[in-house]
Amino acid sequence: MSRIHVTTTINGDPVEYLCDPEETLLDVLRDRLGLTGSKEGCGTGDCGACSVTVNGRLVCSCLVLGAEAEGAQIATIEGMARGETLHPLQRKFIEHAALQCGICTPGILVAAKSLLERNPDPTEEEARYWLAGNLCRCTGYDKIIRAVMDAAAEMREAS
Amino acid sequence: MQYLAPTTLDDAVSMLAAQAGDCRVLAGGTDLLVRMRSGFAEPDAVMDIKRIGALREITTEDGGFRIGAAVSGAEMAENAALVAAWPGVVEAAGLIGSTQIQGRATMAGNLCNASPAADSVPAMVAAGAVARLASAAGTRDVAVEDIPAGPGKTNLRTGEFVASIFLPARPARSGDAYLRFIPRTEMDIAVVGCGVSLTLDADGTCTAARVALGAVAPTVILVPEAAQAIIGTKLDASALDALAAACSAAAKPIADKRGTVEFRTHVAGVIARRAATIAKTRAGEQA
Repeated sequence: MSRIHVTTTINGDPVEYLCDPEETLLDVLRDRLGLTGSKEGCGTGDCGACSVTVNGRLVCSCLVLGAEAEGAQIATIEGMARGETLHPLQRKFIEHAALQCGICTPGILVAAKSLLERNPDPTEEEARYWLAGNLCRCTGYDKIIRAVMDAAAEMREAS
Repeated sequence: MQYLAPTTLDDAVSMLAAQAGDCRVLAGGTDLLVRMRSGFAEPDAVMDIKRIGALREITTEDGGFRIGAAVSGAEMAENAALVAAWPGVVEAAGLIGSTQIQGRATMAGNLCNASPAADSVPAMVAAGAVARLASAAGTRDVAVEDIPAGPGKTNLRTGEFVASIFLPARPARSGDAYLRFIPRTEMDIAVVGCGVSLTLDADGTCTAARVALGAVAPTVILVPEAAQAIIGTKLDASALDALAAACSAAAKPIADKRGTVEFRTHVAGVIARRAATIAKTRAGEQA
């Protein structure tokens, strides 16, 4: 079966690739484009480790076909820092020790960034519900939530 | 496998008609891709309907709303007019999965996945929603409750797919609600679900109602006896008792790891009572 030619934009850069029809966007990112920040936890949309945004919408890249990315704007964890300057969320995750093994961290950062773009001043409950699709088996979530709330506060002051 | 991406409805129905093998319609993909990955579905082709502009829109029609088959739960929740008219339907769709799933999952897909526990389906059935089915033979409108045939099975014909779902115009003083029981607060599958839609007159007497239950039968079921229990009443305690009894009587659940027969039968009545009370409050607020 012939491969599909896809032209898309990832973290602001134009990208072209060939993919199989059944290949997921996650597999394309990791195996064809070398963007291994997005992780595969479950592959069934339950864990959120593969979170990216497609046209500004937070999704699990394991539940998107690579072919669907044609003409889309994709944002991944690799586009979060500006050169050597970490995004406030990334910095706060380090300050609050909001990660241990780190597998869930890229997905949680992408999801939290998406939350703060829509709602710069979320309540803790809103943050917890928004991130309910991002599983973490290390931290117990509390430090993650503290880091997100702290980053939100800092970003509000800076804006 | 072949990936098809039509950009018009006409192209879509002719592509689907031309497929000799197993061709699955891809809307949000949150069920289909999981099935493909697990080997439960091995289609020869998938037809992505998200590039068909008309299927990505929510439009007003005859005072109601037509929701394209590729509209996600997140997009529904961002449509203020839809939320105001049909808060129960929007909430039900919004209960499906995580934020990430909401960015993709569609009500049409939830309907065609044909799970008895599908959250949006009891709310749509209570709302009197009508699915518009498209095929090379044209379109036909079918009540949502007539789409599921059993777990994972629909009454769609070969070459036919859901193009949109229509939610009718709301009379004054109408309200709807959907509640489900799950043993946690988020990210779970309904043990029992109940949708209620009703209309009150100026005195607060219920003049019309529809009640639907999920996860207590092979398909989502409409329960006319439950509606009859509250029509003509002001949803006082005895009417709500009768509603709950009718829902428990209509429930014919299985026992599984998520709930026993006895538990589901009882809870069907409990959440029907609560959903009806919310629907009544919402209807009153529209007065």
